[in-house]
Amino acid sequence: MKTSHITLSGIAVAASVLVAGCATTPSSAELDALATQTIMTSFRDQGIAKVDRLKQDLGQSACSSDKPPSDAVAQRIMEEAKASIKWPADGQYFGDFAAGERLAQNGRGSTWTDAPGSPNGGNCYNCHQISKAEVSYGNIGPSLYQYGKNRGISDVAAATALPIIQYTWTKLYNSKAYAACSNMPRFGHVGLLDEKQMRDLMSLLLDPRSPVNQ
Amino acid sequence: MKTASFCAGLLALAGIALVSPVAAQTKTTADGIAEYRAMLADGNPADLFEARGQELWKTKRGPKNADMSQCDLGKGPGVVKGTFVELPRWFADTQKVQDLESRLLTCMTTLQGIEAKAVTEERFGRGEQRNMEGLVAWISAESRGMKMNLPQSHAQEKLSYEIGKRAFFFRGGTHDFSCAACHSVEGQRIRLQDLPNLTKNPGDGVGFAAWPAYRVSSGELWSMQRRLNDCFRQQRFPYPGYASDVTIALGTYMGVNAKGAASIAPSIKR
Amino acid sequence: MADPMRIRAQVAGDKATVRVLMSHEMETGLRRDGAGAVIPAWFIQEVSAAHNGKSVFNAQWGPSVAKNPFMQFNVKGAKAGDKITVVWKDNKGDSRTDEATVS
Repeated sequence: MKTSHITLSGIAVAASVLVAGCATTPSSAELDALATQTIMTSFRDQGIAKVDRLKQDLGQSACSSDKPPSDAVAQRIMEEAKASIKWPADGQYFGDFAAGERLAQNGRGSTWTDAPGSPNGGNCYNCHQISKAEVSYGNIGPSLYQYGKNRGISDVAAATALPIIQYTWTKLYNSKAYAACSNMPRFGHVGLLDEKQMRDLMSLLLDPRSPVNQ
Repeated sequence: MKTASFCAGLLALAGIALVSPVAAQTKTTADGIAEYRAMLADGNPADLFEARGQELWKTKRGPKNADMSQCDLGKGPGVVKGTFVELPRWFADTQKVQDLESRLLTCMTTLQGIEAKAVTEERFGRGEQRNMEGLVAWISAESRGMKMNLPQSHAQEKLSYEIGKRAFFFRGGTHDFSCAACHSVEGQRIRLQDLPNLTKNPGDGVGFAAWPAYRVSSGELWSMQRRLNDCFRQQRFPYPGYASDVTIALGTYMGVNAKGAASIAPSIKR
Repeated sequence: MADPMRIRAQVAGDKATVRVLMSHEMETGLRRDGAGAVIPAWFIQEVSAAHNGKSVFNAQWGPSVAKNPFMQFNVKGAKAGDKITVVWKDNKGDSRTDEATVS
């Protein structure tokens, strides 16, 4: 394939120049540049997955290392994420928890085998325990079992519940608001889930009648 | 005389493991799954692919009507035993670091005259990709039990490792995933699928030392390139070129980290 | 012609354990392709094994047997050097015969 061929000789030339030119190994910055170039030239568009998905924003680039970003950078990422939050229309935070459970079970969407325009799942059980009945859950994220109950939510309409409600919405919308290098996808900010879907997840987590809070 | 019991026997075997009482503790479920896998391992259909690969190595084909006896996988032309656990590595004739499939591609094109596109643009499981799957199954089988020992003596091999490491931690796509998001912490799992920590040696027969593998759920032999391809698909990344530089670099990173791990490839997977 | 079976036969005391791996799609006939059309049934219907030419068992399979099926059975009185022959026939009329020597 043409692209790969140019890539391979390009990398080889760049590498040999680096190696020939310096008695010591390339600097970290030079390696970063080489790695970025390798990544950018090794992928192609397929289905709905285009190469522009490799363009990183600060929240991604600063978290692309085995070392965490500096406090200052982390702070900036969190502030920008906080500012990106869009609250739901009409202040309606809640929906249908049964639909929320189905959404949490659904891991589809956004891949190159998904049809354009098809709705995304929440992917939630991949990483979280949620309801008691579902034993097939991941552990990359904390358990959400009894999420609302543990936070003392007995009435979602109560004024005292509002801070937790807003925290939860923010976490779903853009988790980087609270953790700069969060592993959780930014469901609202990137447009993976729409408001209705997020409201259903809010009910799954916070409605006292939800299976999560039994 | 009907022997319906045979069918029932096969189903029962699978059934016992799968329908065992599932406690809320996932360890019991994980143990059950491990037992089921151990049962499947005897009679691994990867064996069928190994047989094909062994035949293909000796078969004269392509426009140049040549077999693979002159193919150098890193230990000299025609030498297969021990090569799997030392790949990716740097090759003098191509002046680049290559993984097993990239190297087989070189041999198929230069020795046999097969068009690169016939391999790189073919769907997994079909045509020349099916041949590639046979070859990687057999070649990896010839190193079964041997320990991962990738060379890091050549400057380009060291470079490949550094690029692979950066690619491993690269966050991207709609979901902000990187390889590291799943594979850099001990004891993580997605649903009930354990995720090996690939930033270090995850142990014998795990991770890099377990692929290629026969995937029971799709009834196909998955090469390392296919395994990486599907990782990127689920990471919501765009499509990685077959045997592209990023895939080779990732192989170097994982393979060097797995130094000392015994290979069980081709293994059997869910 | 279908891919060959992999047969291993090993003596274990007064019998031999035979392990057979067959290469076959074993399509149930219940699946549909991307376009919605049924993928036709294609599966092994009959399996038989012989020890030194004498039939030792016969099985009739259906679509519930998995792709690339693995089968294991014991043959009483089999000794090293004996011949084990396995034959399968599928619903399309295709057939495969393979042989192994007990070791």
